[in-house]
Amino acid sequence: MRPVKLEQLLKSTSEWAQTEGPQNRIVLSSRVRLARNLRQYAFPGWAKKAERQRALETMRPVIEDLPEMAECFSELMDSIAVIDKQMLVERHLISREHAVKNVGSGVVINATGAISVMINEEDHLRMQAIQAGLQTKDVFKVIDRVDTELEERLEYAFSPRLGYLTACPTNVGTGMRASAMVHLPGIVLSEQINQIIQAVNKLGLAVRGLYGEGTEALGNVFQVSNQTTLGERESDIIERLNKVVLQIIEHEESARLTILEKKPKLIYDQIGRAYGILTNAHTVTSKEALNLLSLLRLGVDLELLPATIRAVVDELFIMAQPAHVQKFAARKLSAEERDILRADLIRGRLAGMPKPKIGVGPPPRDSQIE
Amino acid sequence: MLCDKCRKNEASVHLTQIVEGKTLKADLCKACAGESGVQDATGFSLADLLLGLGAADEIKTEGAGARCPTCGLTQTDFKRTGRLGCATCWETFAVGLATLLKAMHRGDHHIGKVPRRAAHTLVISEKLQQLSAELEKAVHAEKYEDAAVLRDQIRELEVKLRGGGDAQGVA
Repeated sequence: MRPVKLEQLLKSTSEWAQTEGPQNRIVLSSRVRLARNLRQYAFPGWAKKAERQRALETMRPVIEDLPEMAECFSELMDSIAVIDKQMLVERHLISREHAVKNVGSGVVINATGAISVMINEEDHLRMQAIQAGLQTKDVFKVIDRVDTELEERLEYAFSPRLGYLTACPTNVGTGMRASAMVHLPGIVLSEQINQIIQAVNKLGLAVRGLYGEGTEALGNVFQVSNQTTLGERESDIIERLNKVVLQIIEHEESARLTILEKKPKLIYDQIGRAYGILTNAHTVTSKEALNLLSLLRLGVDLELLPATIRAVVDELFIMAQPAHVQKFAARKLSAEERDILRADLIRGRLAGMPKPKIGVGPPPRDSQIE
Repeated sequence: MLCDKCRKNEASVHLTQIVEGKTLKADLCKACAGESGVQDATGFSLADLLLGLGAADEIKTEGAGARCPTCGLTQTDFKRTGRLGCATCWETFAVGLATLLKAMHRGDHHIGKVPRRAAHTLVISEKLQQLSAELEKAVHAEKYEDAAVLRDQIRELEVKLRGGGDAQGVA
């Protein structure tokens, strides 16, 4: 394997955030994560330090040897600076739980950031694949291949009756969590989000915030994922998720149209204010920034802002997060300093963006252009 | 729907509790619900209740507190962290876990991907079971020649299952 430095990995925004993908007006990215454990070692949370270390030493070279990891960033968690760990979390390359790990844990990420394997998180192995847009099936194929390659050389804890054995009973069976990150400003603005969340829950799927379990839905971004892992095939779980996500997309599209028809001023006001603040503010928190960037993205979708802005907005969505701003400054910043720098950064990137085309009535829909 | 605890009466108390973002469900009859103190919503943990169910029987029958022979995790440790210690824990705490899994998941057994190694082992054990049944029949019918053939086949598979499958063509 050819080692990739963290700086290189983080230099450009992650692949999933800049590549075009199917349905990416609403679906930002698709991700599938598999949890696996080795038969011969105690699970990371219960193992003594020495045993955890041995397990790490067994797994790490095997992962680095994967053809997918021909070029990869591979590091021990105790060798990664706190700020860099936070950046990896903000890129969705490691979990928040993994970011607090130190001795005895590691991470291997391929050069594009599309595949990452956490070693000794809650389970011995947490491997994920991520891609832009709605492509859960392809993403599953990618991670399924990685898993099949790993199982040739590692002896997994597997029971014919219960499937892949995990530290937490909620993951046993397939060990799979498939998720789609969706941007739902229309549903939020029309105050339907709680109904949608309840309806989706009834279908056995969970709706969570930007960083998963127990996190806030910043910037109108939600994660939809399967709740259960036992008693259902991987392909069926993914099929179910896909169907629900397609329905959510439909709801979001129709919510946007309804607001445009019935309350155009509401949406114009929101997008206009977002434009006004982000292009003029001199201090902005990450929460405010993400919520306003979400509205600019909506503006692009509604053709009130040029399509070229979408990539800028998506990039800022990552750059505006705390660790990224801090890293950009290359020194430790106070919260106030961070908010100032963030505002500078956003104003700079949005400089020259035309005003939203507002006041010319709702944008024409494709079908109406003759 | 039957009560999760006594498995006799119709369940009339349906509980859902979210612990650290995980949804736990239990369906109990009125008597068991009262006994478990679930009416007192403040001091009641569903996980405790669910894990206590099967596990209590287990402790009675085996005479000792459940402790994983491989990694030493106890029932109490599991209740505290909600995490198992190793692969063997899944067998050690199987009874209590079965109830928990039933409440958590869509089914009680895995029907998804099987690692190739395990698939190999699974096929052999199934074949072994089938041959053993045939052997028993053959002996019963006093077909000793058939029995001898079956016995040889069984021995061969048993060697394979122990990982000696690659040794072939011994002169």
